[in-house]
Amino acid sequence: MRYVDEFRNRKLIDKIARLIREKMAGRAEYKIMEVCGTHTMAIARWGLRQILPDNVKLISGPGCPVCVTPKKYIDKAVALSRMPEVTIATFGDMLRVPGSYSSLDKERSAGASVKLVYSTDDALDIARKYPRRQVVFLGIGFETTAPTVAASILEAKKEGLKNYSVLCGHKTMPEALKKLVVDNRTRIDGFLLPGHVSAIIGSLPYEFLAEEYSKSCVVGGFEPVDILESIFMLISQKKPKVEIEYSRITHPSGNSTARRVMERVFVKADSVWRGIGKVRSSGLRIRKDFSDFDADIRFSPNIRPVREDARCICGDVLKGVKVPPQCALFGRSCTPEHPVGACMVSSEGTCAAYYKYGV
Amino acid sequence: MHQLIDSLFMKEFSNSILSQRKDSAILKLGDEKIAFTTDTYVVDPIFFPGGDIGSLAVNGTINDISVCGAKPIFISLGLVIEEGLPKAVLDRVIKSVGAASRAAGVKVVTGDTKVVERGSADKIFINTSGIGKVSYENLSVGKIKPGDVVLVSGPIGDHAISVLSVREGIAFRAKVKSDSAPLNGLIFQALKVSKNIAFMRDPTRGGLATTLNEITKLSGFGIALEEKEIPVREGVREACELLGLDPLYLACEGRVVIIVSKNDAAKVLSAVRKSREGRAARIIGTVTKEHKGRVYLNTLAGSSRVLDMLSGEQLPRIC
Repeated sequence: MRYVDEFRNRKLIDKIARLIREKMAGRAEYKIMEVCGTHTMAIARWGLRQILPDNVKLISGPGCPVCVTPKKYIDKAVALSRMPEVTIATFGDMLRVPGSYSSLDKERSAGASVKLVYSTDDALDIARKYPRRQVVFLGIGFETTAPTVAASILEAKKEGLKNYSVLCGHKTMPEALKKLVVDNRTRIDGFLLPGHVSAIIGSLPYEFLAEEYSKSCVVGGFEPVDILESIFMLISQKKPKVEIEYSRITHPSGNSTARRVMERVFVKADSVWRGIGKVRSSGLRIRKDFSDFDADIRFSPNIRPVREDARCICGDVLKGVKVPPQCALFGRSCTPEHPVGACMVSSEGTCAAYYKYGV
Repeated sequence: MHQLIDSLFMKEFSNSILSQRKDSAILKLGDEKIAFTTDTYVVDPIFFPGGDIGSLAVNGTINDISVCGAKPIFISLGLVIEEGLPKAVLDRVIKSVGAASRAAGVKVVTGDTKVVERGSADKIFINTSGIGKVSYENLSVGKIKPGDVVLVSGPIGDHAISVLSVREGIAFRAKVKSDSAPLNGLIFQALKVSKNIAFMRDPTRGGLATTLNEITKLSGFGIALEEKEIPVREGVREACELLGLDPLYLACEGRVVIIVSKNDAAKVLSAVRKSREGRAARIIGTVTKEHKGRVYLNTLAGSSRVLDMLSGEQLPRIC
């Protein structure tokens, strides 16, 4: 498979691993936060921690969209799914995330109309095919998914679809990282930044991390060679800067067409991150011009007060302050089959990665 | 599912035959030993590249009998049909059942048909039960020992991707056909050349990873797998990359995992490769004294990690 096999080449992996070991010999510990869930999963899947020297530490960050989605959002989605005219269209990961009182999976078993889709196109198709159903797409994720969701709203408007709307829970990455850096508990030397987010936003929005907070940054791809090369670039930086390893996909200025679509439909807004709390301008809201397509406005879902499980340490895990085995629930009452916290539900969650791959 | 089996079925029906957890129950009737199994098929869509619900229902039951060292002879056919199913569709499915049973050399000897109102079933569900004559009695997880070799009869994940590509309307560059096939011929060839095959199982629900985990949990030994040896077709790999799936957890319907002594491994491999379904068979790992009850994967990157059971549905990721 082109563009994949080259980046899984064993000789290259061994070589970069050797270069990392040489470069780190005798040096103090270097802490890297892999911000994105896709990186967390790839690191676990390829067993990269075993290949790295002991003084390179990888910490998982808040970049799993399902994991950082607050319970209130799930509660709203559940409330919407209980409306007789509503069909929920969602990516699979959201299905089993527990809200305060229920999950979409449970609602589906009880008869709610919840459809799994692979893209917003599928959701639009459902809306076209069933004009009497109100199709609500669960718009979550970072800059990777937000442009296609924005495009689906533009398309629905163009076609005059009256039965399509989005429950918007989109988040943006740079602001959350700023909050993490300011919160000094996580002593991070360098960030491994998600390549696909930068395919859209570029690398420029991260410059402040190097300039104002002296953090090294590398935008990396998701294959083992990509990840190891990114780590090598991080530990080799003399002065903190933002570099791109994933240059086959990502440019410093990103994808301006995708950004324009996103900016036309969404506007920056404060957003609540599970475990991190409210972060200024770290989310996206649907603009007033498109409020017809905002499920929050169209249906005003009624929810009860949010209920959290006090024992769940997802918040600290997302911030990289604690690792999953430090949680009393991990592997006992919280497993992928019966998840308590969101980090165990999502295939990209840190707890799921630790559980599945025995990290 | 495993939890449900343990907490409900095993508890309620507890008996010495069921508790062996074999793919077929092995029954002693007079001097004869009989293998008896049942399975219900609800695949959606009912037609997919490389097969359909009819042939799948026959092949699946034949394979569950065959992996127990028995020769499948008779099967039953139970149909639940949704009202309004076009006659042409039913014809096509039943013809497929006929063709598959003839190809595998089994007879459909009894059956039942129920029609339910629209919406109470989805097009057609099929149950098949089958019986076979045990001709090789030595297969059991208890025979597995460290040093034994793990063999898989062909590329994994074809069936799941074939079904998924129709269900989701996703067209992949290389069209993937289901591997659904009867394995009685292949298994019989393997058993003929070696008396040292310890155990066999077909990696259906949960795929290769789940089947190997079941084997390690039952045997108490570990298994070390070599990722680079595991056969996966290019089209399946591409689909998995695109959808965020792991081929190790994808269902096969015409593959078998064989655990055989190291000495006989080459012999069995060449016997398996002689059959049409086993041309791409590979040795993929070994049974170990270490890692008791667990499966370890030696990755392409040169590291090693736990390969766990599949929990819940394997869901597509979102970014």
